[in-house]
Amino acid sequence: MTPSALLSLPMILCLGAAAAGLLTPSRAWPRRWLALMTMVALAAVGAMLLVTVRREGIQSMQVGGWAAPFGITLVADLLSALLVLVTGVMGLTVVSYSAATLPASKEAGAYYPLVLVLVGGVCGAFLTGDLFNLFVWIEVMLGASFVLLALEARQEQLEASIKYMSLSLMGSVVLLCAVGLLYGAAGTLNLADLAVTVPGLGTPNLMTAVSMFFLVAFALKAGAFPLFFWLPASYHTPPAAVTTLFSALLTKVGVYALARVFTLVFTQDSQLTSTLLLVMGGLTMVTGVLGAVAQYDMRRLLSFHIISQIGYLIAALGLFTRSALTALIAFLIHYIFAKSALFLVSGATARVTRTYDLHQMGNLYRTQPLLAALFFIPALSLAGVPPFSGFFAKLAVIQAALRAENWIIAGTAVVVGLLTLFSMMKIWREAFWKAPPENQPEEPTRPLSLGDGVLGPCMAMTLFMVVLGLGAEPLLELADAAAGQLLDPEEYVRAVLGGRP
Amino acid sequence: MNPVVMHTVARLMAPVLLLVSLVLAVRGHDIPGGGFVGGLMAATAFALLMVAFGRPAARKQLRVHPTRLAAAGLLVALFSGVPSMMEGRPFLSGIWARLPVPGTDGLKVGTPQLFDLGIYLVVLGTAMCFILGMARGEDTTAPEMGG
Repeated sequence: MTPSALLSLPMILCLGAAAAGLLTPSRAWPRRWLALMTMVALAAVGAMLLVTVRREGIQSMQVGGWAAPFGITLVADLLSALLVLVTGVMGLTVVSYSAATLPASKEAGAYYPLVLVLVGGVCGAFLTGDLFNLFVWIEVMLGASFVLLALEARQEQLEASIKYMSLSLMGSVVLLCAVGLLYGAAGTLNLADLAVTVPGLGTPNLMTAVSMFFLVAFALKAGAFPLFFWLPASYHTPPAAVTTLFSALLTKVGVYALARVFTLVFTQDSQLTSTLLLVMGGLTMVTGVLGAVAQYDMRRLLSFHIISQIGYLIAALGLFTRSALTALIAFLIHYIFAKSALFLVSGATARVTRTYDLHQMGNLYRTQPLLAALFFIPALSLAGVPPFSGFFAKLAVIQAALRAENWIIAGTAVVVGLLTLFSMMKIWREAFWKAPPENQPEEPTRPLSLGDGVLGPCMAMTLFMVVLGLGAEPLLELADAAAGQLLDPEEYVRAVLGGRP
Repeated sequence: MNPVVMHTVARLMAPVLLLVSLVLAVRGHDIPGGGFVGGLMAATAFALLMVAFGRPAARKQLRVHPTRLAAAGLLVALFSGVPSMMEGRPFLSGIWARLPVPGTDGLKVGTPQLFDLGIYLVVLGTAMCFILGMARGEDTTAPEMGG
């Protein structure tokens, strides 16, 4: 397959399957299988794209054949290709989990088409080479997420989606302002073209101001301090499959956009941006984990952990060295899997206990041994205990901070890691270890086994974590190559603009 | 208001609006117009029918469920980009041909017109989804999606 076809296929597949899904009769099975097949295909396309980029360097295509910087550009460097692959894998996981957990009436509705639109939007955001298109793809993704959040129309969900929607749209307004200002100043929105023109504009102060708009907009999408309020207000209300999808993909687009914009376009005032990102990252880590420690609702607790892990990513971006960017990419991949595993397990736990409240649970260690094991591994991995993937990812971040002689970030990362372990152990103690609360009727629950379909996706995620932990070397190597591409925009520019100077 | 006037006007104007919307969609590739504005104008035709004859009548005239209409449009628009991929050119590259029509120097047809048709259906379907949905009143709670 030609690289140009590979670049456009993720979006064509997802949006096409979403439309085709809506045209099928309103039954569960055709829509479910269509979504499953599409996600398999998406993961395959992602893998092929990654192999192509690894072998032949950054790939780009111009939609409709209109030359850059005037047309619509799609670009894949190693980071984008890797993220598209992960998106496909996560899509497959979430769809198979949905098939096992959701009622057939819901599966027969617009659920799968919406998931496909969301995944298509995420892929578009990862692959676009143009800031306005980035805005559009983020809106596509957000639009689908609004509906997914409110699909069951229960009161708490509607309340959550009002908060989520109003804060997200505020971020979108800021982003649109930023895009408009940049277009007014530079006359182009093509990322590669911007990388060439912005340094020569002669208005560094204006550019710094514009870059702050982008920082605020993308930090809000990423859920960074102090703009994360929408996240814990909404993530605990939809079904576990939807929460997993959101946590795996939505905030990552914000982080990806931050990494892209601040390595490619706004490099002129790196002192200021790097300080800001470091402060933001450090505070995000701390506030996130402190929020998590105080929670007794399993999914709220995990939602706060999303924020604290985002802090690591933003701090790594702020360090802005090659080893820090390597750590950022490795951490991003690890953390998508670890967090998803935990949310999937929280859904399975709630299926057994019919609650997310830690007070009401207990003794699952004895009644659900497999579930306990599947919680234990990702929990340790998230906290950064060897030999799982989290250890190497976290170690890479801390090493990068030490190498940059940033003792505060290194210290914060260690302390936050310990607090993460503490709050994971809290879930372990409350849900799995302690005796069940007495007021609950003792109903003998059958232990979940792998045949139940709920645990299959959890198992897959856990396996990834063990594999990424034991085989951390190839991932770090790939991340290092991707970081090299981020730090050297020249190849990106050449891939998009070709021979043009 | 006298419903007779409203009924008569709607009956007369709805076909005109639909016709104009098609003209806009077809001419739109080279001159002002296009699938988007055409689709919006087609939606106004059905909105007019709804105001005059009520929601069920307008829904019946649309014949297809609006969500399915939008989905079909999206498929058509995506499909219009595929032939160029078959030729090894980028997705959505325009492919044009001239149909020999007597009396002219040939009628220009191409994949961008297919794309416009797709957008027309997407916009019509989406707009009708909103309009019919908002006119549904407070008697139903859950939104009806996907037929």
